[in-house]
Amino acid sequence: MQEQELIEKIAFNVVQGRIEAEDEGFDEGLDGQPAVTELLREAVERGLDPGPIVLEGLSKGMEVVGGKFQREEYLIPDMLASAECVGVAMDILSPHLKKAGVESRGKFVIATVAGDLHDIGKNIVSIMLKGAGYEVIDLGADVPTERIVKAVSEYQASFLGLSALLTTTMRVMGEVIEELQKSGLREGIKVLVGGAPTSEGFAKQIGADAYCKDAFQAIDILKNMSSG
Amino acid sequence: MTETFREGVVVKPYERLSLDQVEWLDDASLRILAEPGIWCYNERAASLFKAHGAKVWEEKEKHSGCWRVSFPSGLIKEAVARAPSRFVLGARRPENQLLLDAEVPRVYFGSGSEANIWIETEMDDFVSVNDRSLTVRVPRFTELRGNTGLLSRAARLCDKLEHLDFFIRPLNIQDPGITPENHDVNKFFASLNNTTKHVQAGLTKLENLNDVVRMAELIAGGPEGLRGSPIISFIACVFKSPLQMVDDTAEKVFAIVEAGLPLVISSSPQGGSSAPIQETGMVAQINAEILAGITLTQLIREGAPVLYGSVPVRARLDDLHDLYGCPEFNQYNIDCVQLARFYKIPCYSTAGVGDAKVPGMQATFEKLFTHLYMAISGAQYIHYAFGLLDRTNSFCPVQAVLDNEQIGKIKQCLREPKVGPSVVEEMLVTVKRVMASSYRLYARHIRKAMRAGEVSSPYRFEAKGLEDRVLEKALDHMNRLESERPPHLDQVIVDRIFDEIPGLLPGLREATEGEEIRYNDLRAGSKLCKSKSS
Repeated sequence: MQEQELIEKIAFNVVQGRIEAEDEGFDEGLDGQPAVTELLREAVERGLDPGPIVLEGLSKGMEVVGGKFQREEYLIPDMLASAECVGVAMDILSPHLKKAGVESRGKFVIATVAGDLHDIGKNIVSIMLKGAGYEVIDLGADVPTERIVKAVSEYQASFLGLSALLTTTMRVMGEVIEELQKSGLREGIKVLVGGAPTSEGFAKQIGADAYCKDAFQAIDILKNMSSG
Repeated sequence: MTETFREGVVVKPYERLSLDQVEWLDDASLRILAEPGIWCYNERAASLFKAHGAKVWEEKEKHSGCWRVSFPSGLIKEAVARAPSRFVLGARRPENQLLLDAEVPRVYFGSGSEANIWIETEMDDFVSVNDRSLTVRVPRFTELRGNTGLLSRAARLCDKLEHLDFFIRPLNIQDPGITPENHDVNKFFASLNNTTKHVQAGLTKLENLNDVVRMAELIAGGPEGLRGSPIISFIACVFKSPLQMVDDTAEKVFAIVEAGLPLVISSSPQGGSSAPIQETGMVAQINAEILAGITLTQLIREGAPVLYGSVPVRARLDDLHDLYGCPEFNQYNIDCVQLARFYKIPCYSTAGVGDAKVPGMQATFEKLFTHLYMAISGAQYIHYAFGLLDRTNSFCPVQAVLDNEQIGKIKQCLREPKVGPSVVEEMLVTVKRVMASSYRLYARHIRKAMRAGEVSSPYRFEAKGLEDRVLEKALDHMNRLESERPPHLDQVIVDRIFDEIPGLLPGLREATEGEEIRYNDLRAGSKLCKSKSS
């Protein structure tokens, strides 16, 4: 298979949301054919330049998916499937990206705050951000404040995403921001908050930089932050 | 050739009555038919009953032309057993055919009644008296008198409603040129020319039957085509409750059965006035009336396709009008569905009627109350389900659109469970794969089911903010449906119908041609816009 053909197949499989050969994808009859994982492994084995794979394969595929979502041809599960493909691809490529001088859009630490086990929304944001080219450090659910602050410092992250589903745990987000302040880390990081009980007003009240109602808004806000 | 039918929804029927209770009601009905029996105002029917062993005597003192009929239970049982359990109702499009099988609780929903009033809806903007910067969109309703143009519109809209399985004219036609002599041909033409689904109606005048049947034969490709897949059928309310068989309707039953077309033997007593209000009395009486009607059909022609038509209602106790959206209505009706199943005759039942005068919360409550309950009962053929308001006095097209959404959700809710060994195996593979993945999310694994229509969508007319925009959105949806191409008959068939069938209003033909021209203009216009924009 020629390099260009391989890249096109990667883009196609991102659009199809096929991570592994056993995935069905969107169209009929794809079952068993190489998917993103197999194609990426082949690319790495052949020592192909990861730059075009990211730009023409993964990013291009996600652009197509975004268009389909806007035209309501795709729904959230389709977007997630494609984003997950990109996430898996980035995991395979990451050791090679640095060598090739390809940088991520930024390091993003994400966590569901202490006392809260509800991580579906956080996981979706995590997958989508990974798919959008961010290096995501996902700390999981019910994460103690000190661990979040430590991770921000350790990874020298540019962004922190905090989520909570419960009205009783959302206040912990404020405590995290206070701790960042105390540790002298607040200036160097943008804090984004989200979750069912949160709002624009709440974000302002606790001193967060942005409120995101969903993963799509999070990506838009991050784009604006980067360009600003 | 493989026959195709509308899917409907096959439910696991909820049975309110035990088998003992069904048998007690059956026995009670048979005892009513024996004593006091029925008051039959049709001589032919009385003679036919007599010829088959009923005890018949003329009621000379109080009534003229009235015969008392006392049925031996064996006569009723034998006749009812001859009625077919399974038959097809045809449609202009073969995929819209209905398969009625008394032993399969496959539920179909359709329109019904013959309301005089059409309720038109439009949205209007109003300004707050307290704050002039605040506006609100509110629906405004206008009452129009039913006519052939509006009936045609109703049929076209109903053709586009994906969850409406059959069409019973929901509107009475009152154009200046409509008379009892041409009422039937015009209502059937307006319906058949605008929907590809099964068309059913009552017959206004017996003398019109031949013209209506001929019209249907022209559309169905001849007499055999029509009998093989009857695109039309009839409703005969042969009983005036309590227990009085009506003369002219009985004649219609003779004629329809002899014409070889399906019909509904329908009865609609009102609990509290023309029937007992208590469940046992109401159900025993309506069942007696329907059984006597079905017996008549089978004595006329053994094996005549007939539906068990039960429309029991309750009286409001403040004004004695019909009360539909109440618990007793559901109780009466589900009992009747069980009795029809007991006799192995497909059941024509009722849902979706209420007291609400306009679309809104009351209408939704009343309709959901019966739509859901009657669907669970497993009645094969549920009429009145689309667009009716103010009991059965008004038809509102946007309400029909709302009902379509509601019925769609009910059908999805009641569909057969997809649980079996292969599904279990597939599920186990998915669970393992998801648990081995980093985020343990099932989202991407539901795509196949999502594409196959197995996953329901949110309510179609929801708004995003703190506003109720249901009617506005339903109206937009209705406008979109109404802008689609009308499913008119071929021009050659329309010409033949107008040549052969007397009494059709010329306006119906002109409207058909006008709609085709308007539709083509619209399409040409939209193509023009597209080419300009590109």
